[in-house]
Amino acid sequence: MMLSGWGRFPRVDAQVEQPRDAGALAALVQARPSLIARGNGRAYGDSAVNAAATIDMRRMNRMLAFDPASGTLVAQAGVLLGDIISVFLPRGWFPLVTPGTRFVTLGGAIAADVHGKNHHGQGSFRSCVDWIEVMDADGAVRRCSRGEEPALFDHTLGGMGLTGVIVRAAIRLRPVDSGWIRQTSIAAPNLAAAMAAFEAAPEATYSVAWIDCLGRGAALGRSLVMLGEHAGMHELPAGLAAQRFGPPPRRALAVPFDLPGVVLNRWAMRLFNSLYYRLGAARAGARLVDWERYFYPLDAIASWNRIYGRRGLVQFQCVLPLEQSAAGLAALLAETSAAGAGSFLAVLKRFGPQDGAFAFPMPGYTLALDFPVTPRTLALLDRLDAITLAHGGRFYLAKDGRMRADTLRASDARVAGFQAFRAANGSNGRFRSAQSERLAL
Amino acid sequence: MPVLILGARSDIGLAVARRFARDGHPLQLAARNAIGLADDAADMALRHGVAVTLHEFDALACGGHAAFVASLPELPGIAVCCVGLLGDQIENERDIAAATLVLRSNFEGPASVLAALANAFAARGSGTLVGISSVAGERGRASNYVYGAAKAGFTAFLSGLRNRLTRHGVQVISVLPGFVATRMTAGLALPARLTAQPEAVADAIASAVRRRCDVVYVLPVWRIIMAVIRLIPEPLFKRMRL
Repeated sequence: MMLSGWGRFPRVDAQVEQPRDAGALAALVQARPSLIARGNGRAYGDSAVNAAATIDMRRMNRMLAFDPASGTLVAQAGVLLGDIISVFLPRGWFPLVTPGTRFVTLGGAIAADVHGKNHHGQGSFRSCVDWIEVMDADGAVRRCSRGEEPALFDHTLGGMGLTGVIVRAAIRLRPVDSGWIRQTSIAAPNLAAAMAAFEAAPEATYSVAWIDCLGRGAALGRSLVMLGEHAGMHELPAGLAAQRFGPPPRRALAVPFDLPGVVLNRWAMRLFNSLYYRLGAARAGARLVDWERYFYPLDAIASWNRIYGRRGLVQFQCVLPLEQSAAGLAALLAETSAAGAGSFLAVLKRFGPQDGAFAFPMPGYTLALDFPVTPRTLALLDRLDAITLAHGGRFYLAKDGRMRADTLRASDARVAGFQAFRAANGSNGRFRSAQSERLAL
Repeated sequence: MPVLILGARSDIGLAVARRFARDGHPLQLAARNAIGLADDAADMALRHGVAVTLHEFDALACGGHAAFVASLPELPGIAVCCVGLLGDQIENERDIAAATLVLRSNFEGPASVLAALANAFAARGSGTLVGISSVAGERGRASNYVYGAAKAGFTAFLSGLRNRLTRHGVQVISVLPGFVATRMTAGLALPARLTAQPEAVADAIASAVRRRCDVVYVLPVWRIIMAVIRLIPEPLFKRMRL
């Protein structure tokens, strides 16, 4: 069947298998010369696509044990973060680290070592993972952790499924008093103000900025910086006490068809971004927001990827080292704004320290931009790659569907080490994706 | 009171179990190699906060069914029989052993275990028995009449059981799902509009228990299709390729 990532670009005709248990999975792993595991398909590009065999892990979605003393959950890799929230938020627990959508699987979150709005203080998804069980090329399940097979643990987190199939993991949840977030919005009129707002709030549990990537001149990089803290029961007004763990589930809006590309012209985009900034600035200050609206605003619109039309979308996400961030971000934004090819959904975020052999984050700033797929935007992305390289930055593989192999190598000195681990581990022949082939990983 | 799922490893069995767990019912999962369902049991217990127990059960070991029912830690309030075997019609025509297995798996085994439960439920004076039969049992067709014959027998058995037990306060529900997308039908080219998901079968069963229905077609269109098929005169029907 035709398969792609969330960006619906590129598309590959792939053989898809849906094992239900470790036995069926082991049979597939042993029988197929080349395969990749796939979670809920939320990586944007071709990370979880293999034409020969793509293993859909969503049937292996059982939650196996929970220890309320430590908040440790053991679950199979196909379980959705959203299911974990549905089950455990009413009991007072929330993921320690969550990406911007709850429709990712546990295995996908580990493979991409996803990050959330608390990366600056908490680190990546790795920080909540106690151990991982990985099926190797022989079909054997190997448990790895910081103390047991630490190299496998280090390379599996952020290893994009290329070290084996993640089958089970133990993760720690965070105790929360409510499902509400005390959000503080700060209107930053330009990039320097946005970065200053992040630097002034290292203690904030959560921080993220929506950035107007089409702002020009004095408004280059204008942003709405949103800080967040878990609200305690005592902070909820009387009206919300009955909805301690958030309002009842909302039905997601749907985008029933692919919007024609013309809708996303540069004037519409500029107008949208400008209005969004002004409305946000007018509502700056503190207020209570429910967890869904705060962490997962886009989950409220099912298949929002169709907004970008039939040809799909590409996302660009890089991180720049701290000392190069101001110059690099300014250059990236200036290039994007000049091309007039920006998106609704540009995100700026301060990263903190990061462990791991191949994880994406590093201390500095990350910028994420969406673009509809056109020859013009693909050319722009090549220029953004060059700017990122010139400023010592690197790229998030979970978002990538078009980077060149030499760009990856130029951005990341760890590639050779990752390849060496794969070779030593016997996983380089078996576990491959369209992305790993393209990037010669 | 717990809900007993017979043939709990089947896709429909698992879906029915999850549906009742969601409504807060404790579960008894019965299947061959029941220990292999430990992960599913843990998942249902954790997600829904209900007790789930595993019970070794072989539908074909009819002599042990009374003992199986007696061995349950608690007599269930609801028992759902999801045991079934589609088999292969061509093979059934050549190999009497294969045909016998289809007949026993779809009729003898399910009828036997429900008979044992029926006596216990009747003695208690309450309970609900759910049997998953098939629209294939409503008229024999060349393409699957061994399976159809077994299901016809099971449908008649459920109907008789209902007739016997109503006065004892026991509800009997016959479920005729039509096509369902499961491992049993994987590889068959099923028309999408006539094919239900296991979760839809589970929802239909939960709703039938609540509304005290007797005979349930999961997709309403099957009631019409089967009514038409039953009406076709035999001289015409026997010449049709079905």
